[in-house]
Amino acid sequence: MPGRVAVRAGLFADGDTPALLGSRCASCGAHHFPCHDTCPYCAADGPVPAELTGAGSLWAWTAVTAAPPGYQGPVPYGVGVVELPEGIRVITHLTVSDPAALTLGQAMELRVVPLHTDAEGNEVVTYSFAPVGAP
Amino acid sequence: MSGVVITGVGMHPFGRFDGVSTTDMGVHAVRAALREAGVAKGGFQAAFCGTAYGGVATGHKVLSRLGLTGMPIVDVEAGCASGGAALMLAAGAIRAGQYDTVLVFGVEKMPKGIIRSSFFEPWQEEAGLAATPSFFALRAQRLAVSSGVTKEHLAQVVVKNRRHGASNTDAMFQKEISAEEVLASRVVCEPLHLFMLCSPNEGAAAVVLTRDAPRADPAPARVTLAGAVLRSHLPGSVLSESTPLSGLTEDDVPSATTLAATAAFEEADLGPQDLDVVECQDTDAARELLSYEEIGLCDPGASADLLVSGATGLGGRLPVNPSGGLLSKGEPLGASALGQVVELVRQLRGECGPRQVEGARVALSHTVGRGANAGVVILTR
Repeated sequence: MPGRVAVRAGLFADGDTPALLGSRCASCGAHHFPCHDTCPYCAADGPVPAELTGAGSLWAWTAVTAAPPGYQGPVPYGVGVVELPEGIRVITHLTVSDPAALTLGQAMELRVVPLHTDAEGNEVVTYSFAPVGAP
Repeated sequence: MSGVVITGVGMHPFGRFDGVSTTDMGVHAVRAALREAGVAKGGFQAAFCGTAYGGVATGHKVLSRLGLTGMPIVDVEAGCASGGAALMLAAGAIRAGQYDTVLVFGVEKMPKGIIRSSFFEPWQEEAGLAATPSFFALRAQRLAVSSGVTKEHLAQVVVKNRRHGASNTDAMFQKEISAEEVLASRVVCEPLHLFMLCSPNEGAAAVVLTRDAPRADPAPARVTLAGAVLRSHLPGSVLSESTPLSGLTEDDVPSATTLAATAAFEEADLGPQDLDVVECQDTDAARELLSYEEIGLCDPGASADLLVSGATGLGGRLPVNPSGGLLSKGEPLGASALGQVVELVRQLRGECGPRQVEGARVALSHTVGRGANAGVVILTR
């Protein structure tokens, strides 16, 4: 029975209030995305899983105009960096593929969006950010 | 720190060569370097081969064809800095007294189109988060914010390097280009247009390193390897060449390039003010400007000013990429760093004809790429 599958399990929580699944280092306090089992900043073991805030500000963005190897979704598509209140910047797919329609520091919110349909008929979805309030 | 000299260089042109194998190109470059150095069978005690896409025992295949085996042959993969990594290992082994003479070469035959890298997980490709030019574009956009770099500046970098490369018979593109033509090429990832990105391609380069010793008849223009450093990244920068999925909001994490350049200057007991000529990573036009800042050729934020001043063009105070850079030569990963070194050795010897930097005595080569891997090599005459 075809359904809806994440492009990779463990990256994000799907549903009414999606969230990025990261971690927080108990030793240095840094947040990570995705979830790490060793802190990449201070090398301490055992960061604690943490859901990250699903809203942030746009720090950098562009659009990919031709499908790169391994990608089967629509083109062009947006790629950018969103800064979250936890003090981290996340590389992300963007729902907006026209760079001229976005501005530096713009308020963004997390979405889960379809990428393509796989061989079994499943809708493959990924995390993305959209301007706050965009349809 | 010195004690190592370069006695021979060789190169197979960078471009697209159907029917010519990776091994063929390596044989061509190695043969030329050994001939120039006057080194025959038994004349070197180790070989390091830089390659990223060459596959198993790439170096062995080249040296087997030449009948030159028996010594250790080690393939080195460090992305765009593979050749710099090989040089660092060879120089260190000579200084440590392990070998007297070492052959270093780099070979590559890249797939066409956007570089597909095994660095990424399959899901990153599937999600569209593995398009290399998009990371270049994000970096270019941040450089616009931090340094006021405009699309016109990016076009000027291409115009400069293509002008330099027009007389380089080892380059893929030997034709000048106008800013209008650059800006009229299609947008790959805003703000980068097609002609602002280098072409992945094919080629080979080779260098012979020897312990520096007093000689009865020293060669007239011996080139000294004054520093050779490879560095990886420190975590924290989301747009680092380590290509993480997230980073911190701190903006003061030194880049891999800055770490390598600082260490190489220290090793050579020289500074940016001593340089006469530079070959730097210009995978895309913005990367060249970022390299100015990260190496210390200018203050942070001042790269566009340095470009506009004309200082980095041939005839300027500090020509950058007189070979035409990767924007003219194209980029065969494993060979690109040594291609820079070959150019700089020829510059220091005064062999570069129309693109000669007059009186050049101190030169710097810089490559940086996936890993992160940043290689900085300093040469003196």
